[in-house]
Amino acid sequence: MSGNYGRISRDGLWDNNIVFAQILGMCPTMAVTSSATNGLGMGLATTAVLLASNAIISAVRDLISPDVRIPVYIVLIATLVTLVDVSLNAWAHDLYKVLGLYIALIVANCAVLGRAEAFAAKVGVGEAAMDGLMMGLGFTFALTLIGGIREVLGAGTLFANAHLLLGPAFAFLETTVIPHYKGYLLMILPPGGFMVLGFLLAGRRVIESRRAARAQLVAAEAVAS
Amino acid sequence: MSLEQLRGKLFYQGVLLGAVALLTSAALALAARVTEADIKAAEAADLKQSLTQVLPGEYDNDLLKDTVTLPGTEGDVLVYRARRAGKVEAVVYRMIGHGYAGALVCVMGVSREGKILGVRVIKHAETPGLGDKIEPAKSNWIHSFEDKWLGEPPLEKWGVKKDGGVFDQFAGATITPRGVVKAVKGGLEFFGQNRAALLDEAAAEGATK
Repeated sequence: MSGNYGRISRDGLWDNNIVFAQILGMCPTMAVTSSATNGLGMGLATTAVLLASNAIISAVRDLISPDVRIPVYIVLIATLVTLVDVSLNAWAHDLYKVLGLYIALIVANCAVLGRAEAFAAKVGVGEAAMDGLMMGLGFTFALTLIGGIREVLGAGTLFANAHLLLGPAFAFLETTVIPHYKGYLLMILPPGGFMVLGFLLAGRRVIESRRAARAQLVAAEAVAS
Repeated sequence: MSLEQLRGKLFYQGVLLGAVALLTSAALALAARVTEADIKAAEAADLKQSLTQVLPGEYDNDLLKDTVTLPGTEGDVLVYRARRAGKVEAVVYRMIGHGYAGALVCVMGVSREGKILGVRVIKHAETPGLGDKIEPAKSNWIHSFEDKWLGEPPLEKWGVKKDGGVFDQFAGATITPRGVVKAVKGGLEFFGQNRAALLDEAAAEGATK
């Protein structure tokens, strides 16, 4: 069983990462990753929704008719997103002002529906919740990475406005990487997002193919000996 | 009848969808009720903060409650009045300009004498790095309006330098500052036309009598 959870974690964080492997959720990915802080905030909000939607859908999976499952999932996910939206607005208003526009986009993130359909509807609550958490953290990692790269290249800062997201204690995260930088506008605009994502995907392919080649080599040696 | 068989029945599916819709709307209604007061308070605090940015000095009334609505050139304008000892010392209102990428929502504070106390663009969608120098965090430009009125600079000089005015434009972005200048000028004209109503002169005279 623990091996199973390990597999789920690996899948969510790297092997089957929502952005880097499944290439899902591109709409929020491109929209919010103009800075690392925005990416992190969007990632965490999506994680909360994924965790809750996976757990709930797994818990009621026996009651749901396969014929009407999609509308049921969509209504559940939309409700969860709205709950996150109003609670942020009420209790984390400064953060809401930064992210508010994008929270509603989580509904349009097909990764949430995708996990419900492909995974949560078939397994127990524990595994489904773990999958939601790990897929969410993988998504957060991807968004923060893309956001960080775009922010450094585009504005010369990293984690600007982090105190709005995480509280004043995290103001130390806010760094100016390149002082007196005039900024490179293209990176902040949508094309920059596509370019950064393209290079990251290429980089991931290089890592994966090297790893596969090494595994093949090891297997060949084992056969030879 | 087992759950498996039941799930295939149209009747069950209808009830299921109905139940899901009912439960989720109940959850939303509950959440809306729980958060309503907090959201209102947060929004009022936001509004007050954006108003006091363009309103230096001390006032003794509740800005958000002392309002008057007057017809402007582009629809009704909601005006907040700041008083000291019952006398209106300054007014704050919103003006909409037209930028490169949609509306530029400006708030401006104007003193009793018709001088600008401050201007902020609170909502815009201008190009980052070019047009967004209208934000005080990016440039001092927005402060160039302070203490100006319709005689200083003279009326025909109320434009960006490219149009023969006195206000700077930005390299690569003229439309944005032009839109803001036009909105601010329109705001001052609005003040001139409605001065008596804005300053609540009738009430002030009544108080001195």
